[in-house]
Amino acid sequence: MREQILAIIEKNSRINIKELAVILGAEEIDIANELKAMEEEGVICGYHTMIDWEKTSIEKVTALIEVRITPQRGQGYDNIAERVYKYPEVNSVYLISGGYDLLVTLEGKSLKAVSSFVSDKLSTLDGVLSTATHFILKKYKDHGTILTRKYEDTREKVTP
Amino acid sequence: MRNPLSDKIVTIKPSGIRKFFDIVNEMEDAISLGVGEPDFDTPWHIRDEGIYSLEKGRTFYTSNAGLKELKTEITKYIQRTQNVSYDADHEVIVTVGGSEAIDIALRAMINQGEEVLIPQPSYVSYEPCAILAGAEPVIIELKEENEFRLTAQELRDAITDRTKALILPFPNNPTGAIMEKDDLEAIAEIIREKDIFVISDEIYAELTYKGKHVSIVSLPGMKERTVLINGFSKSYAMTGWRLGYACAPKEIMEQMLKIHQFAIMCAPTTSQYAAVEALRNGDDDVAMMRESYNQRRRYLMHAFKEMGLECFEPYGAFYVFPSIKEFGMTSEEFAGRLLQEEKVAVVPGTAFGDCGEGFLRISYAYSIENLKIALEKIEAFITRLRNGKK
Repeated sequence: MREQILAIIEKNSRINIKELAVILGAEEIDIANELKAMEEEGVICGYHTMIDWEKTSIEKVTALIEVRITPQRGQGYDNIAERVYKYPEVNSVYLISGGYDLLVTLEGKSLKAVSSFVSDKLSTLDGVLSTATHFILKKYKDHGTILTRKYEDTREKVTP
Repeated sequence: MRNPLSDKIVTIKPSGIRKFFDIVNEMEDAISLGVGEPDFDTPWHIRDEGIYSLEKGRTFYTSNAGLKELKTEITKYIQRTQNVSYDADHEVIVTVGGSEAIDIALRAMINQGEEVLIPQPSYVSYEPCAILAGAEPVIIELKEENEFRLTAQELRDAITDRTKALILPFPNNPTGAIMEKDDLEAIAEIIREKDIFVISDEIYAELTYKGKHVSIVSLPGMKERTVLINGFSKSYAMTGWRLGYACAPKEIMEQMLKIHQFAIMCAPTTSQYAAVEALRNGDDDVAMMRESYNQRRRYLMHAFKEMGLECFEPYGAFYVFPSIKEFGMTSEEFAGRLLQEEKVAVVPGTAFGDCGEGFLRISYAYSIENLKIALEKIEAFITRLRNGKK
């Protein structure tokens, strides 16, 4: 049941417990208990809203930053990762296999804000060897949702 | 001028759905629950394979019976789902949708005046295709109290000396009824005893919500007297690709192939390449869609229960078939008024046979958000009817 609940709320976190119980053919109390357990275990970490900021009047710049670092003895990459993720403007930090080590996504108010974060804060950290910053120009799809076009039902209205 | 028309075709009524379709189409903002096809797009990897085949210039006829690769994948699919083996070279044909398979199976098997048993409510094409094949259609009226399954008694009562074949349409459009293994065993016994044949339309085989679909060909002695029909439209959301198939004993298949080769030549090549990909790598897509339909099915059944609308629980396809007998209207009146007053389109049960009177076919090939809006309107409508207001 967990898997089914997660598949649904990953797409629609606003669905209420009653409706979840109906569509999964389960009891409300079981759904509620399962949700609570998953929250406590940290399986469910939050209920966020997906926003296409492009369509608002609020200016936002998102950047992907590739970071190469020197792992530290006894700490590996964790120490530096922690120093990076503590900045509130940092959205996500992933350890990556391949040509670089950390992938950092960052939201800033402007290009300038992002670049000054990179040059002043990020690249000056001990252990950071190099950074490469990529600015996102357009989001086509995010979290499995296509942002550039709306679903349109093009079927004939009545068919046998 | 002489009458240019064939008497036989002139006497056949146009599909009851067509009439309703024209009315709905006039109405721009109607919410429809009347569609008989999936709302999902064909999974991208399948579409991509079709595109790739075009890029590679695979734009020629295939052999009449279909691509060897595809026929082999079809036999593997039946092997793994029903544990029945078919010979890909002599017992499989790829058709233009399940609809063509129904037509050519009937034409290959029926002599003038032989009777074909057609359980109803069921898909709109069986009866006209049987008539065109020269058959005498004999309708078996399925009952709500049997959850619209075909019972052994109903079958026995309908068989005469002239009965040649039974059309077995399960999982069923429009009722959503299924036939489970013991239901099939009960009728298979009579079919063997009376020595008749079966045309088993299993186009909704992947969409069952109470255990896996069991095909009648998996029962002893049935493969040799059955034409099994399936296709890609419903399971892989590929209606527009027009691709189905039939499996039958070699003797029947040879004759079906003749009709197909003269009338059709071969099924669309692009679709056949895409279908190979569907059968090889599409199981996860089918599982995802099935789960999604099942959630909507539960949602609808719950909503009907809350509004007190009587409906047996269907376990197949993507239709529910609620009864509207309490309102004292014909299905057509009810559907017509629901459309006029609430702008919700559903299909009157009578489009699928006279015994569909008193029922509606409601499709759940729609998102839950969509169903929610439509259900609110249906509830408002029936509340008004119950209160005796306009």
